[in-house]
Amino acid sequence: MHLSNQKRTILQFLFLLVSILMIAYGVGRGEMEIVWNKAINICLECIGLG
Amino acid sequence: MNNAFKRKLIQIAAFGFTNSHIGNFVSGKLYTGKWKQFCNPGLNCYSCPAATLACPIGALQAVNGSMQYNFSFYIVGFLLAVGVLFGRLICGWICPFGLIQELIYKIPSPKYKLPKIFTYFKYAILIVFVILLPIVVTDFMGMGQPAFCQYICPAGTLSGGIPMIATHSELRATTGFLFGLKITILFITIIACIFLFRFFCKTLCPLGAIYGLLNKISIYHLEADKKACIGCGKCARACKMDVDPVVNPNSAECIRCGACASACPKQAIQLKFGSSKQKKNKEHSHEK
Repeated sequence: MHLSNQKRTILQFLFLLVSILMIAYGVGRGEMEIVWNKAINICLECIGLG
Repeated sequence: MNNAFKRKLIQIAAFGFTNSHIGNFVSGKLYTGKWKQFCNPGLNCYSCPAATLACPIGALQAVNGSMQYNFSFYIVGFLLAVGVLFGRLICGWICPFGLIQELIYKIPSPKYKLPKIFTYFKYAILIVFVILLPIVVTDFMGMGQPAFCQYICPAGTLSGGIPMIATHSELRATTGFLFGLKITILFITIIACIFLFRFFCKTLCPLGAIYGLLNKISIYHLEADKKACIGCGKCARACKMDVDPVVNPNSAECIRCGACASACPKQAIQLKFGSSKQKKNKEHSHEK
């Protein structure tokens, strides 16, 4: 897949914009809290015990 | 300072920053501060006692498999942003498990190349174990399991599982088939990493798969000047990820380590943010 510089720049801009909106929406609906709760407790499944 | 040394220093610094709670290896506790709500751009198990940040793949499965949500906008947005900005530069310069694999590869032994077909396996892992299983296979409460962490991730076994088993006697009693499976995968990964450069990154890593796809459009990218290239092939031979940077500069396998640019006798390969003026001018003159 070969992209011209112009198409590449447009895609980069669009993807970055979408990513910022997604992060803002995810943070707004409390996903950081879910991540934090999972990450501060020993995840038995993650280490092969669950 | 040459590029390889600079990269090693940055890898060690990133490893140190993202695993700064070394004392927890003795107590077997996890760091529970607010940094843990943020993701590490590289693969680093959040059940590792020293971990400062959350693992993005673990976090993605945690939110996708939670009771509240089936899709994580926060983590997907984060991975998209990091991938569009840096692509697999993260793998080559920041990822803690990438550094571990490179250190294992330093063990003297015959070195081999992996057939390309195996590099597609990581996309199947991403789709099945990271995306589908945590959403589709749920319990009576609607919660999914982090299937990649549970059945595959050798980084989690090494940095989370083994230290936890070593420090928690009550957890030792719970080890069974699953832990045996994960220890086996870890053992195979370590042995394979002695003979094959970054075996896990090439074949199994779902994070590498995501960043690899975004390598095609990432702002930080590789450019090979075909006019300056003399076709000596030194760049392709220097690439341990088995990429020919002249033919495919933005290959999904390229971890932006810069070995090809260092090997080029004509400085025809450049790693950079944005696009070159030369190329822009060329396109501009075409438009005219």
